[in-house]
Amino acid sequence: METLARKLIAGAAGHAAVATGDVVVCDVDLAMIHDSGGPRRVKPMLERLGRNVWDKDRVVVVSDHYVPADTDETRAIQELTRQWVQDENIANFYDQQGICHVVLPERGHLAPGMFCVGGDSHSPTGGAFGAYMFGIGATEMAGVLTTGSIWLRVPETILIEWDNQLGSYVTAKDMMLAVCGRIGMGGGRYQAIQYAGAAIRDLSMQDRMTLSNMAAELGAQAGLIAPDEVTAAYVTDAGGTLPDDWRDYRIEIADDPADHLLFDAAALSPQIAAPHSPANAADAGEFGDTGFNVAYIGACTGAKYVDLAAAASVLKGRRIASGVTLMVAPASRQDQDRAARDGVMKILEDAGAQFLPNSCGICAGYGEDRLAGDDICLSSTARNFKGRMGAPGSRVYLASPYTVAASAVAGRMRDPRDVMGG
Amino acid sequence: MPRLWRFDETIDTDVLAPGKYMKSPLAELATHCLEAVRPDFAASVGSGDVILGAPNFGVGSSREQAAEVLKHLGISAVVAPSFAGIFYRNAINLGLPVFTLSDDFYHHPGLSDGAGLTFDFDMATLTLTALGEALPLEPLPVFLRDMILDGGLIPHLEKRFQAGMEETSMEEKGA
Repeated sequence: METLARKLIAGAAGHAAVATGDVVVCDVDLAMIHDSGGPRRVKPMLERLGRNVWDKDRVVVVSDHYVPADTDETRAIQELTRQWVQDENIANFYDQQGICHVVLPERGHLAPGMFCVGGDSHSPTGGAFGAYMFGIGATEMAGVLTTGSIWLRVPETILIEWDNQLGSYVTAKDMMLAVCGRIGMGGGRYQAIQYAGAAIRDLSMQDRMTLSNMAAELGAQAGLIAPDEVTAAYVTDAGGTLPDDWRDYRIEIADDPADHLLFDAAALSPQIAAPHSPANAADAGEFGDTGFNVAYIGACTGAKYVDLAAAASVLKGRRIASGVTLMVAPASRQDQDRAARDGVMKILEDAGAQFLPNSCGICAGYGEDRLAGDDICLSSTARNFKGRMGAPGSRVYLASPYTVAASAVAGRMRDPRDVMGG
Repeated sequence: MPRLWRFDETIDTDVLAPGKYMKSPLAELATHCLEAVRPDFAASVGSGDVILGAPNFGVGSSREQAAEVLKHLGISAVVAPSFAGIFYRNAINLGLPVFTLSDDFYHHPGLSDGAGLTFDFDMATLTLTALGEALPLEPLPVFLRDMILDGGLIPHLEKRFQAGMEETSMEEKGA
Protein backbone atom coordinates (compact mmCIF):
# COMPACT_ATOMS: atom_id res chain seq x y z
CA MET A 1 0.00 0.00 0.00
CA GLU A 2 1.24 3.51 -0.75
CA THR A 3 2.20 5.67 2.18
CA LEU A 4 3.00 9.39 1.95
CA ALA A 5 6.69 8.56 2.41
CA ARG A 6 6.68 6.10 -0.51
CA LYS A 7 4.65 8.44 -2.72
CA LEU A 8 7.19 11.24 -2.19
CA ILE A 9 10.19 8.95 -2.73
CA ALA A 10 8.66 7.35 -5.83
CA GLY A 11 8.06 10.81 -7.27
CA ALA A 12 11.65 11.86 -6.70
CA ALA A 13 12.97 8.57 -8.08
CA GLY A 14 10.81 8.83 -11.20
CA HIS A 15 8.97 5.57 -10.48
CA ALA A 16 5.23 4.90 -10.41
CA ALA A 17 5.69 3.20 -7.05
CA VAL A 18 8.45 1.96 -4.73
CA ALA A 19 8.49 -0.77 -2.10
CA THR A 20 10.08 -0.80 1.35
CA GLY A 21 13.68 -1.93 1.07
CA ASP A 22 14.15 -0.81 -2.54
CA VAL A 23 17.33 1.17 -3.10
CA VAL A 24 16.55 4.07 -5.40
CA VAL A 25 18.28 7.20 -6.66
CA CYS A 26 16.22 10.36 -6.09
CA ASP A 27 16.41 13.75 -7.77
CA VAL A 28 16.83 16.48 -5.17
CA ASP A 29 14.51 19.50 -5.37
CA LEU A 30 16.33 21.50 -2.73
CA ALA A 31 19.56 21.22 -0.71
CA MET A 32 20.03 23.32 2.40
CA ILE A 33 23.41 23.86 4.05
CA HIS A 34 24.62 25.93 6.99
CA ASP A 35 27.87 27.60 7.99
CA SER A 36 29.21 24.66 9.99
CA GLY A 37 28.65 21.67 7.69
CA GLY A 38 28.30 23.74 4.51
CA PRO A 39 30.76 25.78 2.46
CA ARG A 40 33.79 25.27 4.72
CA ARG A 41 33.39 21.50 4.37
CA VAL A 42 32.07 21.07 0.81
CA LYS A 43 34.24 23.68 -0.95
CA PRO A 44 37.43 21.57 -0.96
CA MET A 45 35.46 18.51 -2.07
CA LEU A 46 33.85 20.34 -5.00
CA GLU A 47 37.26 21.68 -5.95
CA ARG A 48 38.74 18.18 -5.89
CA LEU A 49 35.90 16.99 -8.12
CA GLY A 50 36.29 20.02 -10.37
CA ARG A 51 32.58 20.83 -10.16
CA ASN A 52 30.27 23.67 -9.22
CA VAL A 53 26.83 23.23 -7.68
CA TRP A 54 24.47 21.42 -10.04
CA ASP A 55 21.71 24.04 -9.80
CA LYS A 56 22.31 27.26 -7.88
CA ASP A 57 18.59 27.93 -7.57
CA ARG A 58 18.08 24.68 -5.67
CA VAL A 59 20.67 25.47 -3.01
CA VAL A 60 19.88 27.47 0.15
CA VAL A 61 22.66 28.60 2.49
CA VAL A 62 21.98 29.78 6.06
CA SER A 63 24.60 31.07 8.52
CA ASP A 64 23.31 30.14 11.96
CA HIS A 65 25.82 28.02 13.89
CA TYR A 66 28.81 30.35 14.29
CA VAL A 67 26.61 33.30 15.20
CA PRO A 68 27.73 35.55 16.76
CA ALA A 69 31.11 35.22 15.07
CA ASP A 70 33.12 36.51 17.99
CA THR A 71 36.48 34.80 17.48
CA ASP A 72 39.01 34.90 14.65
CA GLU A 73 38.22 31.30 13.75
CA THR A 74 34.46 31.83 13.55
CA ARG A 75 34.80 35.12 11.68
CA ALA A 76 36.92 33.27 9.11
CA ILE A 77 34.21 30.61 8.76
CA GLN A 78 31.56 33.30 8.15
CA GLU A 79 33.74 35.06 5.61
CA LEU A 80 34.45 31.80 3.77
CA THR A 81 30.68 31.14 3.66
CA ARG A 82 29.96 34.56 2.12
CA GLN A 83 32.75 34.22 -0.43
CA TRP A 84 31.65 30.74 -1.51
CA VAL A 85 28.03 31.84 -1.93
CA GLN A 86 29.26 34.69 -4.13
CA ASP A 87 31.59 32.45 -6.14
CA GLU A 88 28.80 29.92 -6.75
CA ASN A 89 26.35 32.75 -7.53
CA ILE A 90 23.80 31.46 -5.00
CA ALA A 91 21.00 33.96 -4.41
CA ASN A 92 19.30 32.06 -1.58
CA PHE A 93 21.66 33.07 1.21
CA TYR A 94 20.46 34.07 4.69
CA ASP A 95 23.32 35.54 6.68
CA GLN A 96 22.58 35.61 10.43
CA GLN A 97 18.80 35.75 9.91
CA GLY A 98 17.98 32.82 12.19
CA ILE A 99 18.12 29.03 12.41
CA CYS A 100 18.07 27.21 9.07
CA HIS A 101 15.08 24.97 9.88
CA VAL A 102 12.95 28.02 10.69
CA VAL A 103 14.33 30.35 8.00
CA LEU A 104 13.87 27.84 5.16
CA PRO A 105 10.06 27.63 5.37
CA GLU A 106 9.49 31.24 6.48
CA ARG A 107 11.19 32.42 3.27
CA GLY A 108 8.94 30.23 1.14
CA HIS A 109 11.41 27.51 0.13
CA LEU A 110 9.32 24.49 1.18
CA ALA A 111 6.10 23.14 -0.30
CA PRO A 112 4.20 19.84 -0.35
CA GLY A 113 5.59 17.16 -2.66
CA MET A 114 9.22 18.28 -2.58
CA PHE A 115 12.20 15.98 -1.99
CA CYS A 116 14.89 17.81 0.00
CA VAL A 117 18.09 17.22 1.92
CA GLY A 118 19.66 19.37 4.61
CA GLY A 119 23.15 19.40 6.02
CA ASP A 120 21.86 19.15 9.58
CA SER A 121 20.27 16.37 11.61
CA HIS A 122 17.13 18.36 12.35
CA SER A 123 16.30 18.59 8.65
CA PRO A 124 13.23 16.33 9.03
CA THR A 125 11.54 19.64 9.99
CA GLY A 126 10.65 20.00 6.31
CA GLY A 127 8.31 17.01 6.67
CA ALA A 128 5.82 19.32 8.40
CA PHE A 129 5.09 20.73 4.92
CA GLY A 130 4.43 17.38 3.28
CA ALA A 131 7.95 17.35 1.82
CA TYR A 132 10.34 14.40 2.19
CA MET A 133 13.34 15.98 3.89
CA PHE A 134 16.21 14.43 5.82
CA GLY A 135 19.63 15.26 7.21
CA ILE A 136 22.95 14.23 5.67
CA GLY A 137 26.63 14.88 6.36
CA ALA A 138 28.93 17.19 4.44
CA THR A 139 30.54 14.59 2.17
CA GLU A 140 27.16 13.26 1.14
CA MET A 141 26.10 16.89 0.58
CA ALA A 142 29.08 17.36 -1.75
CA GLY A 143 27.71 14.39 -3.69
CA VAL A 144 24.27 16.00 -3.90
CA LEU A 145 25.71 19.39 -4.86
CA THR A 146 27.65 17.86 -7.76
CA THR A 147 25.10 15.32 -9.02
CA GLY A 148 21.70 16.67 -7.89
CA SER A 149 20.80 13.20 -6.68
CA ILE A 150 21.11 10.87 -3.70
CA TRP A 151 20.55 7.16 -3.05
CA LEU A 152 18.00 6.03 -0.56
CA ARG A 153 16.81 2.74 0.86
CA VAL A 154 13.03 3.10 0.99
CA PRO A 155 12.32 3.04 4.72
CA GLU A 156 9.60 1.36 6.67
CA THR A 157 6.88 3.69 7.86
CA ILE A 158 5.71 4.28 11.44
CA LEU A 159 2.35 5.92 12.02
CA ILE A 160 2.19 8.08 15.14
CA GLU A 161 -1.44 8.97 15.72
CA TRP A 162 -2.53 11.59 18.26
CA ASP A 163 -6.23 11.53 19.01
CA ASN A 164 -8.32 14.15 20.80
CA GLN A 165 -7.22 17.64 21.81
CA LEU A 166 -4.27 18.89 23.82
CA GLY A 167 -5.13 20.53 27.12
CA SER A 168 -4.04 24.02 28.21
CA TYR A 169 -0.27 24.51 28.55
CA VAL A 170 0.46 21.22 26.74
CA THR A 171 2.38 21.56 23.47
CA ALA A 172 4.01 19.84 20.52
CA LYS A 173 7.23 19.63 22.55
CA ASP A 174 5.40 17.67 25.25
CA MET A 175 4.01 15.35 22.58
CA MET A 176 7.51 14.63 21.27
CA LEU A 177 9.10 14.15 24.67
CA ALA A 178 6.31 11.69 25.48
CA VAL A 179 6.97 9.77 22.25
CA CYS A 180 10.74 9.76 22.99
CA GLY A 181 9.95 8.45 26.46
CA ARG A 182 7.83 5.65 25.08
CA ILE A 183 9.88 4.37 22.14
CA GLY A 184 13.38 5.76 22.89
CA MET A 185 15.96 7.53 20.77
CA GLY A 186 16.52 4.51 18.57
CA GLY A 187 12.83 3.71 18.32
CA GLY A 188 12.54 5.31 14.90
CA ARG A 189 15.12 2.89 13.39
CA TYR A 190 15.77 5.28 10.46
CA GLN A 191 12.18 4.87 9.38
CA ALA A 192 9.80 7.47 8.00
CA ILE A 193 7.39 8.67 10.67
CA GLN A 194 3.94 9.80 9.59
CA TYR A 195 2.06 11.94 12.11
CA ALA A 196 -1.73 11.97 11.95
CA GLY A 197 -4.81 12.47 14.07
CA ALA A 198 -7.07 15.24 15.37
CA ALA A 199 -4.44 16.75 17.67
CA ILE A 200 -1.99 17.11 14.77
CA ARG A 201 -4.55 18.88 12.58
CA ASP A 202 -5.15 21.39 15.40
CA LEU A 203 -1.50 22.48 15.49
CA SER A 204 -0.06 25.61 13.87
CA MET A 205 2.69 25.13 11.27
CA GLN A 206 5.40 26.12 13.74
CA ASP A 207 4.15 23.54 16.24
CA ARG A 208 4.01 20.90 13.50
CA MET A 209 7.63 21.78 12.67
CA THR A 210 8.58 20.82 16.24
CA LEU A 211 7.05 17.37 15.73
CA SER A 212 8.79 16.79 12.40
CA ASN A 213 12.09 18.21 13.65
CA MET A 214 12.21 15.84 16.59
CA ALA A 215 11.74 12.80 14.37
CA ALA A 216 15.54 13.12 14.55
CA GLU A 217 15.40 12.45 18.30
CA LEU A 218 13.61 9.17 17.56
CA GLY A 219 16.32 8.13 15.11
CA ALA A 220 13.89 8.34 12.19
CA GLN A 221 14.92 9.54 8.74
CA ALA A 222 11.87 11.72 8.11
CA GLY A 223 8.81 13.00 9.99
CA LEU A 224 5.89 13.67 7.68
CA ILE A 225 2.62 15.52 8.18
CA ALA A 226 0.02 15.69 5.41
CA PRO A 227 -0.56 19.19 4.07
CA ASP A 228 -3.93 20.81 4.77
CA GLU A 229 -5.40 24.32 4.67
CA VAL A 230 -3.08 25.40 7.49
CA THR A 231 -0.08 24.32 5.41
CA ALA A 232 -1.42 25.95 2.26
CA ALA A 233 -1.99 29.27 4.04
CA TYR A 234 1.52 29.24 5.55
CA VAL A 235 3.24 28.42 2.26
CA THR A 236 1.29 31.09 0.40
CA ASP A 237 1.95 33.74 3.07
CA ALA A 238 5.65 32.90 3.01
CA GLY A 239 5.77 33.55 -0.72
CA GLY A 240 6.14 29.88 -1.65
CA THR A 241 4.51 28.06 -4.53
CA LEU A 242 1.85 25.47 -3.82
CA PRO A 243 1.76 22.68 -6.40
CA ASP A 244 -1.65 22.09 -8.00
CA ASP A 245 -1.79 18.57 -6.57
CA TRP A 246 -0.94 19.47 -2.96
CA ARG A 247 -4.15 17.86 -1.67
CA ASP A 248 -2.99 14.49 -3.05
CA TYR A 249 -0.24 14.18 -0.42
CA ARG A 250 -2.31 12.41 2.20
CA ILE A 251 -1.70 10.18 5.18
CA GLU A 252 -4.31 7.47 5.45
CA ILE A 253 -4.65 5.93 8.88
CA ALA A 254 -6.24 2.99 7.11
CA ASP A 255 -2.88 2.33 5.43
CA ASP A 256 -2.00 0.68 8.72
CA PRO A 257 1.77 0.40 8.57
CA ALA A 258 3.33 -2.32 10.69
CA ASP A 259 4.12 0.15 13.44
CA HIS A 260 1.10 2.17 14.51
CA LEU A 261 1.46 4.02 17.80
CA LEU A 262 -1.62 5.62 19.28
CA PHE A 263 -1.47 8.49 21.78
CA ASP A 264 -4.25 10.39 23.57
CA ALA A 265 -3.57 14.14 23.47
CA ALA A 266 -6.24 14.85 26.09
CA ALA A 267 -4.43 12.64 28.62
CA LEU A 268 -1.01 14.20 28.04
CA SER A 269 0.61 16.24 30.82
CA PRO A 270 3.50 18.67 30.35
CA GLN A 271 6.73 16.68 30.13
CA ILE A 272 10.30 17.14 31.33
CA ALA A 273 13.19 14.99 30.06
CA ALA A 274 16.01 14.45 32.55
CA PRO A 275 19.74 14.41 31.58
CA HIS A 276 21.17 13.12 29.29
CA SER A 277 18.51 11.95 26.83
CA PRO A 278 15.15 13.16 25.51
CA ALA A 279 14.00 9.60 26.19
CA ASN A 280 14.22 10.29 29.96
CA ALA A 281 10.85 12.03 29.79
CA ALA A 282 8.21 11.97 32.52
CA ASP A 283 5.34 14.14 33.71
CA ALA A 284 6.61 17.57 34.78
CA GLY A 285 4.85 17.19 38.12
CA GLU A 286 7.33 14.46 39.06
CA PHE A 287 10.23 16.95 39.00
CA GLY A 288 8.70 19.37 41.53
CA ASP A 289 11.68 19.77 43.80
CA THR A 290 14.39 19.91 41.19
CA GLY A 291 16.25 23.21 41.33
CA PHE A 292 18.05 24.82 38.41
CA ASN A 293 19.92 28.04 37.70
CA VAL A 294 19.62 28.51 33.92
CA ALA A 295 16.34 28.71 32.00
CA TYR A 296 16.92 28.63 28.25
CA ILE A 297 14.35 29.38 25.57
CA GLY A 298 16.10 28.78 22.31
CA ALA A 299 16.62 26.64 19.20
CA CYS A 300 14.55 25.50 16.26
CA THR A 301 12.09 23.54 18.40
CA GLY A 302 11.95 25.98 21.31
CA ALA A 303 12.14 29.65 20.30
CA LYS A 304 9.98 30.18 17.23
CA TYR A 305 7.27 32.83 17.43
CA VAL A 306 4.74 30.40 18.92
CA ASP A 307 7.27 29.38 21.57
CA LEU A 308 8.12 32.98 22.50
CA ALA A 309 4.40 33.77 22.71
CA ALA A 310 3.81 30.72 24.91
CA ALA A 311 6.55 31.80 27.31
CA ALA A 312 5.18 35.35 27.35
CA SER A 313 1.68 34.14 28.22
CA VAL A 314 3.17 32.70 31.42
CA LEU A 315 5.59 35.55 32.16
CA LYS A 316 3.15 38.40 31.62
CA GLY A 317 3.11 40.42 34.85
CA ARG A 318 5.55 37.99 36.52
CA ARG A 319 9.28 37.98 37.19
CA ILE A 320 11.70 35.11 37.23
CA ALA A 321 12.85 33.87 40.62
CA SER A 322 16.12 35.12 42.07
CA GLY A 323 18.94 32.70 41.38
CA VAL A 324 17.59 31.85 37.93
CA THR A 325 19.05 33.29 34.71
CA LEU A 326 16.59 33.31 31.79
CA MET A 327 18.17 33.47 28.36
CA VAL A 328 16.11 33.76 25.18
CA ALA A 329 17.49 33.27 21.66
CA PRO A 330 14.59 33.91 19.23
CA ALA A 331 14.84 31.36 16.43
CA SER A 332 14.71 33.85 13.59
CA ARG A 333 14.89 37.55 12.90
CA GLN A 334 11.37 37.45 11.42
CA ASP A 335 9.97 35.74 14.50
CA GLN A 336 11.75 38.20 16.78
CA ASP A 337 10.40 41.16 14.80
CA ARG A 338 6.87 39.78 15.02
CA ALA A 339 7.30 39.18 18.77
CA ALA A 340 8.57 42.74 19.15
CA ARG A 341 5.62 44.18 17.23
CA ASP A 342 2.98 42.49 19.37
CA GLY A 343 4.60 43.03 22.75
CA VAL A 344 5.92 39.51 23.38
CA MET A 345 9.55 40.64 23.54
CA LYS A 346 8.65 43.40 26.02
CA ILE A 347 6.92 40.91 28.32
CA LEU A 348 9.96 38.61 28.24
CA GLU A 349 12.28 41.54 28.92
CA ASP A 350 10.16 42.83 31.82
CA ALA A 351 10.18 39.34 33.33
CA GLY A 352 13.97 39.45 33.44
CA ALA A 353 15.02 37.69 30.23
CA GLN A 354 18.40 38.30 28.60
CA PHE A 355 18.45 38.05 24.81
CA LEU A 356 20.92 36.20 22.60
CA PRO A 357 21.31 36.42 18.80
CA ASN A 358 19.00 34.66 16.33
CA SER A 359 21.07 31.51 16.01
CA CYS A 360 21.56 27.95 17.22
CA GLY A 361 23.15 29.48 20.31
CA ILE A 362 23.73 27.38 23.39
CA CYS A 363 21.78 24.42 21.97
CA ALA A 364 24.56 23.66 19.51
CA GLY A 365 27.28 24.41 22.07
CA TYR A 366 29.51 25.89 19.36
CA GLY A 367 29.98 29.41 20.71
CA GLU A 368 31.37 31.21 23.70
CA ASP A 369 27.98 31.24 25.47
CA ARG A 370 27.98 27.84 27.10
CA LEU A 371 26.90 26.14 30.28
CA ALA A 372 29.46 25.90 33.07
CA GLY A 373 30.42 22.79 34.98
CA ASP A 374 27.83 22.98 37.73
CA ASP A 375 24.99 24.57 35.73
CA ILE A 376 21.62 22.91 35.78
CA CYS A 377 19.60 24.10 32.80
CA LEU A 378 15.91 23.74 31.99
CA SER A 379 15.77 24.19 28.24
CA SER A 380 13.13 24.39 25.51
CA THR A 381 15.57 22.77 23.04
CA ALA A 382 15.44 19.26 21.59
CA ARG A 383 18.62 17.49 22.69
CA ASN A 384 20.27 17.18 26.12
CA PHE A 385 23.29 14.97 25.48
CA LYS A 386 26.06 15.04 28.05
CA GLY A 387 28.26 18.10 27.47
CA ARG A 388 26.43 19.21 24.30
CA MET A 389 25.53 22.65 25.65
CA GLY A 390 28.66 23.19 27.71
CA ALA A 391 30.90 21.59 30.29
CA PRO A 392 30.67 17.79 30.67
CA GLY A 393 29.42 18.30 34.23
CA SER A 394 26.49 20.53 33.22
CA ARG A 395 23.02 18.98 33.30
CA VAL A 396 20.22 19.80 30.86
CA TYR A 397 16.52 19.07 31.32
CA LEU A 398 14.18 19.52 28.34
CA ALA A 399 10.66 20.96 28.45
CA SER A 400 8.20 23.18 26.60
CA PRO A 401 8.47 27.00 26.67
CA TYR A 402 5.43 27.07 29.01
CA THR A 403 7.17 24.74 31.44
CA VAL A 404 10.52 26.56 31.21
CA ALA A 405 8.83 29.92 31.83
CA ALA A 406 6.63 28.71 34.70
CA SER A 407 9.57 26.96 36.34
CA ALA A 408 11.73 30.08 35.97
CA VAL A 409 9.07 31.98 37.91
CA ALA A 410 8.81 29.29 40.58
CA GLY A 411 12.58 28.77 40.85
CA ARG A 412 11.90 25.01 40.78
CA MET A 413 10.78 22.70 37.99
CA ARG A 414 7.01 22.88 37.80
CA ASP A 415 4.04 21.74 35.79
CA PRO A 416 2.98 25.08 34.23
CA ARG A 417 -0.66 24.34 35.10
CA ASP A 418 0.28 24.47 38.79
CA VAL A 419 1.79 27.92 38.37
CA MET A 420 -1.03 29.24 36.18
CA GLY A 421 -3.87 27.61 38.02
CA GLY A 422 -4.91 25.98 34.74
CA MET B 1 48.37 -5.40 18.60
CA PRO B 2 44.97 -3.94 17.84
CA ARG B 3 42.51 -3.95 20.71
CA LEU B 4 38.79 -3.61 21.23
CA TRP B 5 37.24 -0.51 22.77
CA ARG B 6 33.89 -1.53 24.16
CA PHE B 7 31.29 1.13 25.04
CA ASP B 8 28.18 -0.06 26.82
CA GLU B 9 26.58 3.40 26.96
CA THR B 10 24.94 5.03 23.93
CA ILE B 11 27.60 6.98 22.04
CA ASP B 12 26.31 10.18 20.46
CA THR B 13 27.91 12.50 17.89
CA ASP B 14 28.47 15.20 20.47
CA VAL B 15 30.81 13.06 22.57
CA LEU B 16 32.61 11.87 19.42
CA ALA B 17 33.09 15.41 18.08
CA PRO B 18 32.34 17.94 20.85
CA GLY B 19 30.71 21.18 19.68
CA LYS B 20 33.22 23.35 21.49
CA TYR B 21 36.04 22.11 19.23
CA MET B 22 34.08 21.87 15.97
CA LYS B 23 35.69 25.07 14.68
CA SER B 24 39.16 23.56 15.17
CA PRO B 25 41.20 21.56 12.66
CA LEU B 26 40.41 17.83 12.58
CA ALA B 27 43.65 16.82 14.33
CA GLU B 28 42.78 18.99 17.33
CA LEU B 29 39.11 17.96 17.35
CA ALA B 30 40.24 14.33 17.38
CA THR B 31 42.17 14.81 20.64
CA HIS B 32 38.81 15.50 22.33
CA CYS B 33 37.02 12.48 20.84
CA LEU B 34 35.02 10.65 23.55
CA GLU B 35 36.69 12.64 26.35
CA ALA B 36 33.36 13.14 28.13
CA VAL B 37 32.95 9.37 28.58
CA ARG B 38 36.52 7.96 28.30
CA PRO B 39 39.15 10.64 28.91
CA ASP B 40 42.07 8.33 27.98
CA PHE B 41 40.64 7.26 24.61
CA ALA B 42 42.15 9.71 22.14
CA ALA B 43 45.64 9.50 23.67
CA SER B 44 45.78 5.70 23.88
CA VAL B 45 43.86 4.48 20.82
CA GLY B 46 46.07 2.70 18.32
CA SER B 47 46.01 2.05 14.60
CA GLY B 48 43.79 -0.89 13.72
CA ASP B 49 41.79 -0.75 16.94
CA VAL B 50 38.09 -1.59 16.75
CA ILE B 51 35.15 0.05 18.54
CA LEU B 52 32.25 -2.05 19.74
CA GLY B 53 29.34 0.23 20.54
CA ALA B 54 25.91 -0.13 22.11
CA PRO B 55 22.80 0.00 19.88
CA ASN B 56 22.06 3.25 17.98
CA PHE B 57 25.74 4.17 17.79
CA GLY B 58 26.31 7.73 16.51
CA VAL B 59 22.90 9.12 17.42
CA GLY B 60 22.47 12.89 17.19
CA SER B 61 23.95 15.47 14.90
CA SER B 62 24.74 15.22 11.18
CA ARG B 63 28.35 16.36 11.82
CA GLU B 64 30.44 13.86 9.89
CA GLN B 65 33.48 14.77 11.97
CA ALA B 66 32.01 12.25 14.43
CA ALA B 67 33.07 9.50 11.99
CA GLU B 68 36.04 11.37 10.58
CA VAL B 69 37.84 11.66 13.94
CA LEU B 70 37.58 7.90 14.44
CA LYS B 71 39.17 7.28 11.05
CA HIS B 72 41.82 9.90 11.83
CA LEU B 73 42.66 8.15 15.10
CA GLY B 74 43.24 4.88 13.27
CA ILE B 75 40.04 3.00 14.11
CA SER B 76 39.73 0.21 11.53
CA ALA B 77 36.06 -0.52 12.09
CA VAL B 78 33.09 0.42 14.24
CA VAL B 79 30.84 -2.50 15.11
CA ALA B 80 27.47 -2.25 16.86
CA PRO B 81 24.07 -3.97 16.95
CA SER B 82 22.64 -0.88 15.20
CA PHE B 83 23.71 2.57 14.02
CA ALA B 84 21.99 5.93 13.82
CA GLY B 85 21.09 6.50 10.17
CA ILE B 86 23.07 9.66 9.43
CA PHE B 87 26.21 8.45 11.21
CA TYR B 88 26.07 5.18 9.24
CA ARG B 89 25.88 7.00 5.90
CA ASN B 90 28.59 9.47 6.96
CA ALA B 91 30.98 6.69 7.97
CA ILE B 92 30.64 4.94 4.61
CA ASN B 93 30.91 8.23 2.73
CA LEU B 94 34.22 8.83 4.54
CA GLY B 95 35.48 5.29 3.99
CA LEU B 96 35.21 4.19 7.64
CA PRO B 97 34.03 0.56 7.83
CA VAL B 98 30.85 0.17 9.91
CA PHE B 99 29.31 -3.23 10.52
CA THR B 100 26.33 -4.48 12.45
CA LEU B 101 26.51 -7.75 14.35
CA SER B 102 23.88 -10.07 15.74
CA ASP B 103 22.75 -9.84 19.36
CA ASP B 104 24.37 -13.22 20.09
CA PHE B 105 27.80 -12.01 19.05
CA TYR B 106 27.26 -8.62 20.71
CA HIS B 107 27.01 -10.49 24.02
CA HIS B 108 29.96 -12.80 23.22
CA PRO B 109 32.14 -12.94 26.37
CA GLY B 110 35.31 -12.62 24.31
CA LEU B 111 34.31 -9.12 23.13
CA SER B 112 35.43 -7.45 26.35
CA ASP B 113 36.98 -4.01 26.59
CA GLY B 114 40.70 -4.23 25.83
CA ALA B 115 40.54 -7.66 24.14
CA GLY B 116 43.13 -8.20 21.42
CA LEU B 117 41.62 -8.82 18.00
CA THR B 118 41.99 -8.29 14.28
CA PHE B 119 39.42 -7.01 11.82
CA ASP B 120 39.16 -8.40 8.29
CA PHE B 121 37.19 -6.14 5.94
CA ASP B 122 37.02 -8.60 3.02
CA MET B 123 35.80 -11.44 5.19
CA ALA B 124 33.72 -9.15 7.45
CA THR B 125 35.03 -10.85 10.60
CA LEU B 126 36.54 -10.00 13.95
CA THR B 127 39.11 -12.55 15.10
CA LEU B 128 39.69 -12.75 18.84
CA THR B 129 43.40 -13.23 19.50
CA ALA B 130 42.96 -15.13 22.76
CA LEU B 131 40.42 -17.60 21.38
CA GLY B 132 41.45 -17.68 17.75
CA GLU B 133 37.77 -17.46 16.99
CA ALA B 134 36.47 -15.47 13.99
CA LEU B 135 33.14 -13.78 14.69
CA PRO B 136 31.07 -13.00 11.59
CA LEU B 137 29.74 -9.48 11.05
CA GLU B 138 26.73 -8.77 8.86
CA PRO B 139 27.94 -8.20 5.28
CA LEU B 140 27.49 -4.80 3.65
CA PRO B 141 25.52 -4.32 0.42
CA VAL B 142 27.92 -4.50 -2.52
CA PHE B 143 27.66 -0.83 -3.53
CA LEU B 144 28.43 0.37 0.00
CA ARG B 145 31.35 -2.05 0.21
CA ASP B 146 32.69 -0.66 -3.06
CA MET B 147 32.39 2.88 -1.79
CA ILE B 148 34.47 2.07 1.28
CA LEU B 149 37.04 0.28 -0.89
CA ASP B 150 37.31 3.40 -3.05
CA GLY B 151 38.05 5.37 0.12
CA GLY B 152 34.63 6.99 0.43
CA LEU B 153 32.17 8.96 -1.67
CA ILE B 154 34.51 11.68 -2.99
CA PRO B 155 37.16 9.31 -4.47
CA HIS B 156 34.23 7.16 -5.68
CA LEU B 157 32.67 10.14 -7.49
CA GLU B 158 36.07 11.23 -8.78
CA LYS B 159 36.48 7.84 -10.41
CA ARG B 160 33.01 7.99 -11.91
CA PHE B 161 33.39 11.54 -13.23
CA GLN B 162 36.73 10.66 -14.80
CA ALA B 163 35.09 7.70 -16.49
CA GLY B 164 32.41 10.08 -17.85
CA MET B 165 29.64 8.49 -15.81
CA GLU B 166 27.43 11.36 -14.70
CA GLU B 167 24.38 9.43 -13.73
CA THR B 168 24.25 6.80 -11.01
CA SER B 169 22.34 3.91 -12.47
CA MET B 170 20.06 1.63 -10.52
CA GLU B 171 21.78 -1.50 -11.81
CA GLU B 172 25.07 -0.42 -10.35
CA LYS B 173 23.54 -0.04 -6.92
CA GLY B 174 23.42 -3.82 -6.90
CA ALA B 175 20.79 -3.85 -4.20
